[in-house]
Amino acid sequence: MSRQIVMPFGPQHPVLPEPIHLDLVLEDETVVDAIPSIGYIHRGLETLVTKREFPEYVYIAERTCGICSFIHGMTYCQGIEQVMDLEVPPRAHYLRTIWSEYSRIHSHLLWLGLFADSMGFENLFMNSWRLREFVLDVLEETTGGRVIQGSCKVGGVRRDISNGKLTAMAADLAGFEQKLSDLADVFLHDDSVKSRLVGVGNLSKTDAYDTGAVGPTGRGSGVAIDMRMTGYAAYGDLGFEPVVEKGGDCYARCAVRVRELFSSVEIIRMAIERIPDGEIEVKVKGNPEGEYFSRAEQPRGELVHYVKGDGTKHLVRSRIRTPTLTNVPPLVKMLQGCELADVPVIVLSIDPCIGCMER
Amino acid sequence: MKIEEQTTTEIEVANLIGKVQAYRSGGYRLVQVTCSKVGDLFEINYSFEKDLRFENVRIIIDPDTEVPSISGMYWGAFVYENEMHDLFGVQVKGMNVDFHGNFIRTAVPYPFRTQVFKGEGPCHDRS
Amino acid sequence: MTYLTRSPWILHYDASSCNGCDIEVLACLTPLYDVERFGILNTGNPKHSDIFVVTGGVNEQNREVIKNIYEQIPDPKVVVAVGICATSGGVFRECYNIMGGIDRIIPVDVYVPGCAARPESIIDGIVKALGILEEKRARMRQPDTGKKATGGETV
Repeated sequence: MSRQIVMPFGPQHPVLPEPIHLDLVLEDETVVDAIPSIGYIHRGLETLVTKREFPEYVYIAERTCGICSFIHGMTYCQGIEQVMDLEVPPRAHYLRTIWSEYSRIHSHLLWLGLFADSMGFENLFMNSWRLREFVLDVLEETTGGRVIQGSCKVGGVRRDISNGKLTAMAADLAGFEQKLSDLADVFLHDDSVKSRLVGVGNLSKTDAYDTGAVGPTGRGSGVAIDMRMTGYAAYGDLGFEPVVEKGGDCYARCAVRVRELFSSVEIIRMAIERIPDGEIEVKVKGNPEGEYFSRAEQPRGELVHYVKGDGTKHLVRSRIRTPTLTNVPPLVKMLQGCELADVPVIVLSIDPCIGCMER
Repeated sequence: MKIEEQTTTEIEVANLIGKVQAYRSGGYRLVQVTCSKVGDLFEINYSFEKDLRFENVRIIIDPDTEVPSISGMYWGAFVYENEMHDLFGVQVKGMNVDFHGNFIRTAVPYPFRTQVFKGEGPCHDRS
Repeated sequence: MTYLTRSPWILHYDASSCNGCDIEVLACLTPLYDVERFGILNTGNPKHSDIFVVTGGVNEQNREVIKNIYEQIPDPKVVVAVGICATSGGVFRECYNIMGGIDRIIPVDVYVPGCAARPESIIDGIVKALGILEEKRARMRQPDTGKKATGGETV
């Protein structure tokens, strides 16, 4: 048997936009075990909940992560609304759904670009990010912010989108979808992409379920868990079917995200078609007392915001369980037995968001 | 309108392993483990889910009580248990992957046990 | 500045940012903003770089890392703090793990405010940094002047 060596991977590595550290136990070129350690960008923002009033904390919640900021804000607001029994107007629910899905498309395109970069496919990286700018333009036109939107508030949303603008957005989606299919074609059918992804980083369905894989990481292994099935925001009205692939390798996880781009476009289209007129917020009176585990589907998987209030302006506890934290154990499983050269691709295949994970 | 029903059962620390084992055999998925400081006590929530049914088990402990690890049943629980140890200083016995306090490296030990803040007052008043 | 005479290379480090500014720095390099057309490249090696772009506030874990990277960048060098967290700690300044802005540990030449900083203002900040880089280079050529000037310009 050959000798085992431990190789550090990260915190600074060319493929990692953010710092995470892995100790890889190697036998020749094969990874036997991987031990993760985090803490490079830990801020401790959950403690701020005792410093900020609960409506103000939305801004902190949004800044947990700059990529899925809208969904973080929304999940937190949803938690408070559930505790306080607030009835959010339907139009606000639809607007939240629309913005969530645009955020998902932006996040998936961002990930596809970084993933292409990790495979050494620079051209595809640039093309994904060029398409992403279309989504950012829509977000900026409707909320005022490119990456941090700040448009969600406890009791509803901060601003409305006029029906004229909504119609224009729906019309623009057709051209966008065409460009998406061109991009999807390369990710799903290109030989050089396939040769890097198929059969790499396998995760069986049982392992995925047992280790708690969520989001595309779980769905790529056939675990049909998607929080949108709980019907929060307007997903209950719109009807929703999760995208599932059975391969369990990097290719399957990539395929889930590529197919989700189209399902998100479809959801936006439906939401714009059915959005009711009316108020966009309710007045918030009193303080939250009670607790709730607010769950939503982030681009990376199931997000849990636990909020606990004691009837004062300041919450007792806010706990943000992000999908990346849950996807770390599955990642360790995937890395066991892979080749060293495939490590960057496998690490990226769970779409790690370290800013989220460490909070 | 409630999005989903969430049940919470409060149990004794001694019954934790048995309860979690029941969830494991029932095919439940571990959603998360959270520790919260409520007054002088720690509340630890273990959440499980199966087919969108969300159930929550709670133990309330003294900060110095040792808690048994559930990582024998849920392999991935080590991330939560290490986090709980690093942020709250909860002693967890028998973790499958024990980082010995190096999972999340913080400036102050166990920052959530006694919360400290930098600076008081508005931003422009920064020291 | 109507044209650039050099190709400054950038080193980007994520201190404890929420990713918002990181992805905007990255967006500067991609087709819509495309700073590569000016010869500005993003590199991973401190020894290759001229401009040090930092996002996010300093936390106790990475202060040594940032100092180390700063020391490794050859003179003349310019530090650009991107985003409000890198400038002052931003919304996280009261968190126990955050020390504050980047200027707590290394001298900063250009501050780019915003949460998240927009690509336009990041590019503006880099262009300002180029001017400072030229000044520093000129000063280095003259003997008897300190080469580590600390500026402090806000875009």
